[in-house]
Amino acid sequence: MGYYFSPEGINKVISGLSEKYDIFAPKLFPGKGAFSDTDLVRYDRISAIEDVVFHMKSRFSPKEVLLPLTQTLFYYTEDSVSEPRPPVRDRLIFLRSCDLHAVRRLDAIYLGNVFEDHYYRQLRDHTKFVLMGCSRAFSTCFCVDMETNIPTGYDMSIDLIDGEYRVDCRSKDLEDFLVPHSTRQGEVVPCHVTETPTRVHIPENLSSSAAGSSIWKEYDSRCIACGRCNFSCPTCTCFTMQDLSYTDNPKAGERRRVWASCMVDGFTEVAGGAGCRKAYGERMRFKVLHKALDFKKRNGYQMCVGCGRCDDVCPEYISFSGCLNKLEEAMEEVNGNDKK
Amino acid sequence: MTKNEYVPFLSEVLEVIPHTDIEYTFRMSYVGDVRPGQFFEVSIPRYGEAPISVSGIGNGSIDLTIRRVGKVTNEIFEQYKGTSLYLRGPYGNGFNTEDYQDKELVIVAGGTGVSPVRGIITYFASHTEKAVSAALIAGFKTPKDILFREDFALWKKRLNVILTVDDNTADPTFPQGLVTKYIPGLEFKDIKNAAAIVVGPPAMMRFSVKALLERGLSEEQIWISHERKMCCGIGKCGHCRIGDAYVCLDGPVFNYSRGSTLLD
Repeated sequence: MGYYFSPEGINKVISGLSEKYDIFAPKLFPGKGAFSDTDLVRYDRISAIEDVVFHMKSRFSPKEVLLPLTQTLFYYTEDSVSEPRPPVRDRLIFLRSCDLHAVRRLDAIYLGNVFEDHYYRQLRDHTKFVLMGCSRAFSTCFCVDMETNIPTGYDMSIDLIDGEYRVDCRSKDLEDFLVPHSTRQGEVVPCHVTETPTRVHIPENLSSSAAGSSIWKEYDSRCIACGRCNFSCPTCTCFTMQDLSYTDNPKAGERRRVWASCMVDGFTEVAGGAGCRKAYGERMRFKVLHKALDFKKRNGYQMCVGCGRCDDVCPEYISFSGCLNKLEEAMEEVNGNDKK
Repeated sequence: MTKNEYVPFLSEVLEVIPHTDIEYTFRMSYVGDVRPGQFFEVSIPRYGEAPISVSGIGNGSIDLTIRRVGKVTNEIFEQYKGTSLYLRGPYGNGFNTEDYQDKELVIVAGGTGVSPVRGIITYFASHTEKAVSAALIAGFKTPKDILFREDFALWKKRLNVILTVDDNTADPTFPQGLVTKYIPGLEFKDIKNAAAIVVGPPAMMRFSVKALLERGLSEEQIWISHERKMCCGIGKCGHCRIGDAYVCLDGPVFNYSRGSTLLD
């Protein structure tokens, strides 16, 4: 069902929802950008619609709400381990179509892939999604080519058009918060883009033999293995365990998981010092082929959702979409080598 | 409510069997299904976790053969006395004895690589009728690095065992040479009915597999077991992924027809 709201009306909805939900959305942090005098847009709790940034892309993705940067797995003392208390409040996440599709990828890994992740399940079961329609694509977006531009599975949508908020509600739970404050009801179709300035083409014949191509070599020197691409990616899900002990009682502490990056040193290092993929180009190959090939082999659809954040954040101006567009050349190269 | 795989359980240290200065087998209390080649995450809160292969399966116990080589294993050696260790698992696929039944089985193992195959060797040593033949080529660096000495004495009575060391200066009664040296001399009645298991350091596995392929075994007749960094053991943390395979879920045991396609 569709609803229309004035700014005052939608804020009444948000204050009503805030009674039950923690509401997370992209928010502006003035002056907090990576460079001086630049702003940062990232996820945080919001309390009014004016807090939500519609006209810019968030630097980090909404995954941090479902997969916190650090998360306590258990507390330990000398002779016991205990689980943290489950989260008590439900959550609403404002997110775009690409990020909503990314949640499906997170679900595939954390709810599927043989074992279900207890902590992800706890948060996921108490989360609802508010789609932010996209009336235009940002310069680095390529959702259309990754087939993530058409949103599916949201609980409600929100679009700001000519000073009016339009909401398509698919959740009975949320409907009750909307009805009293709407100016009128009517059909609402959330905005979505049908073309993007950045285009990618992943070749049909892409296979793991692309690893043998020379296209990866340039990243040996261009990449600095900082991992920003992974941390900003809405579909990267790797983590590392970290044990810490309290200073006042070193025998007690907690085990946490923290985000990890396959681009950063130490990702594959085992006791004794051995590891895989020393060259940064090899790490790039590992990441790119996961996003464009390996995940699909396992799950039937591409991992990359085309949000373009990795291109936005790379300090070396390495373009992931640019690399995807080299895969055809890579396949031609390795197939040509085979024929020789 | 789903099972929380991250919270470990306490397991009593029943017995400690030293092999070398830095390699001990810890016999741990455990009741449940487990097969050779699977692994447990051994946990020492404050220091972390390490994935360790099951080197033996008893009645109400499992053996974990641990080399003192890193932060966690170092602490295990410091703390184990009279206590318990935290475990999670078992994880991974492990070996399936049926893959090797009625075959001419060859097991090539190097160093601690003997641990994950110890259960398989013991099985075919105590059920010699289950395989057409069974041979074991095991290599260690020097005589003092040899693990499972008592087992080797038993296995030698029932299987064709070649126990070799890279350097026999300390004890010339041991043959000297890498495990690959003995692969060309293996006798097969019907190479098409051969099956091989190769476990050990990456270079040893690479060259052993190469030598077996040269002998005429196909990739489908060879099984390997991989060792990778793992944080979770349940397909979530991503550290052990190679291509579209997770070593912790789909492995660590891979048929080489699949293993050969996995590129780190």
